Amino acid sequence: MEQAHHGAGAGPRQRAVEIGTALLTMLFGLIVIYGSVIVGSGWGSDGPQAGFFPFYVGLIICICSLINLVMALREADSGLFAEWGQLGQVLRVLIPATIYVALIPFLGIYLPSFLLIVVFMTWLGKYGFPLSLAVAVGVPAFFYLTLERWFLIPLPKGPIEAMLGL
Amino acid sequence: MIVDNFINLYHGFYIAGDPFNILLMVIGILLGVIIGVLPGLGGANGVAILLPLTFSMSPTSAIILLTCIYWGALFGGAITSVLFNIPGEPWSVATTFDGHPMARSGRAGEALTAAFTSSFVGAFFAIVMITLIAPLVAQFALQFGPAEKFAVYFLAFASFVGMSKEPPAKTIVSMMIGFALAAVGLDMVTGQLRLTFGVTELLNGFDFLIAVIGLFGIGEILLTMEEGLEFRGKAAKIDPKIVWKTWKTLPKYWATSLRSCIIGCWMGITPAGATPASFMAYGIAKRVSKNGKNFGNGEIEGVVAPETAAHAAGTAAMLPMLALGVPGSPTAAVLLGGLLIWGLQPGPMLFVEQAEFVWGLIASMYLGNIVGLILVLTTVPLFASILRIPFSIIAPVILVICAIGAYTVNNNVFDVLMMMVFGVLGYLLKKTNYPLAPLVLAIVLGDSAEEAFRQSLLGSGGSLAVFWSNPLVSTIMGLGLIAGLWPLIAMAFAKLRGNTTQPA
Repeated sequence: MEQAHHGAGAGPRQRAVEIGTALLTMLFGLIVIYGSVIVGSGWGSDGPQAGFFPFYVGLIICICSLINLVMALREADSGLFAEWGQLGQVLRVLIPATIYVALIPFLGIYLPSFLLIVVFMTWLGKYGFPLSLAVAVGVPAFFYLTLERWFLIPLPKGPIEAMLGL
Repeated sequence: MIVDNFINLYHGFYIAGDPFNILLMVIGILLGVIIGVLPGLGGANGVAILLPLTFSMSPTSAIILLTCIYWGALFGGAITSVLFNIPGEPWSVATTFDGHPMARSGRAGEALTAAFTSSFVGAFFAIVMITLIAPLVAQFALQFGPAEKFAVYFLAFASFVGMSKEPPAKTIVSMMIGFALAAVGLDMVTGQLRLTFGVTELLNGFDFLIAVIGLFGIGEILLTMEEGLEFRGKAAKIDPKIVWKTWKTLPKYWATSLRSCIIGCWMGITPAGATPASFMAYGIAKRVSKNGKNFGNGEIEGVVAPETAAHAAGTAAMLPMLALGVPGSPTAAVLLGGLLIWGLQPGPMLFVEQAEFVWGLIASMYLGNIVGLILVLTTVPLFASILRIPFSIIAPVILVICAIGAYTVNNNVFDVLMMMVFGVLGYLLKKTNYPLAPLVLAIVLGDSAEEAFRQSLLGSGGSLAVFWSNPLVSTIMGLGLIAGLWPLIAMAFAKLRGNTTQPA
């Protein structure tokens, strides 16, 4: 990623994130190895055991993560991963999206979708309420009609839909 | 043999030409172009989201709809590249080099016509190749045992390591994460649970559709948000006069076209994919063409070369998927997953057992691309206006679509949470240059690859020599090793040459 990040903003360094990612994948590899060893990673009476294949997969992840880690450590500082402002932008999507996803098991898909679109459009898009409400009602309604009515695919529903008897 | 193919193909046209299937083609292409134009939706996750809608259709209609979405997405990438300088798909990056300068100098219509027409030519070339070669490959592959099967998987994944521009160790990590995720859950051979650590939600393992929607959909939205997209597009009008004028100039570039077709087909069959193919075709055209110096300033040949190659590659990626069960691109991988869900076993037996399905699909590729070319030429202004909808409206709507798509795969809300996790992972991996395609392919193929591996070892009593036990399997494994070790081989060559040309 040799993108020119406007000027000299501050933010996490690419190198630090690379090191972090390598450590993360290594941890993942270790978990896979551990999980394979508990179910048996050797040769059973009837052939390879359940953990045989994943064990080597985990091993390769660890070895290659180590290579990536060494590469990242040896690399000269390669600029910013992203500016704080850019990461802020990302969080402004990520946080509402995470809350949205977390609400779905409790409220169904329709109400959270409505809230997500309203919040997004008024807060990030600086749109007025009338347009935001129109989109926020229209989109879920469209999916209700096409998916549930036309294709007969049920979507998750919550207490509100139950109250309305949908 | 060849005559049989034509009879089969003729029968296929009969199936694909059914009015309902033609309607599905039109819908598929239109949806596909929209998917290709919108940031955050692409071929792979667009098909993944719509896959559950097809569960109730006949497999032939379903695959026609989904492949047409794929063709549409391939076409759609060109629109954003030319008009907005934003590649809708990675393989259209090379199209922006000359396509956007053309649009800036008021030749958007010409650039788009050239792009669509070359896409069509590339795809058509690849389909003809599939028609002629796929049955032969499939017949040849019928004699494959588990060892040969594993060797083919090995070759496919090894060529990722050798071909991708990312560091090999990162490609391998990405691929192996995919294999590990595929292994989670019930082990088909021993019936044992593994890697679930007592979490009941993991009993069924990770669904690749969820991974695709998260990695490509949510991850892409986060990336787009970070870059703070401003859409500053050029207007486009295509009228028949411009189309005709452009078509008259295109035959001049037949050599570029043919070369790009061949590059595309080659790169599409080996799972390196459309993106490197488009860059390679652009680079070679720039070197060979007598207008090479003008490349980058709006040279029509610079649009023809990458578009032809990208589409040839995208289409050729279907060949190994149909004939061998090894998809050549992430989207082909999703389609392969679809085959499994519809109860079809991808691989050489498909040509024998499901001849109607295979030939219906191949015939639909011909028709779909013709329908696609006509549709995109006539509807460009419509799609360009979709891109003018601000991102703050598009983003939440795409989030909702992804959530619905993830939910409908298994009617499970836990999957929606997993999608979000994959989304963050996708953002992180993409920013740190880990390729996502091998990860997806490994999740799809993980179980089959493992099964082939274990069966071969079972036959040989655990000895790895089984992968070198006959000329066929040795050849495939050998090719795989060369492909996988290519970075090292290339480095050694470079060193040797460096030493001879400039003695230290």
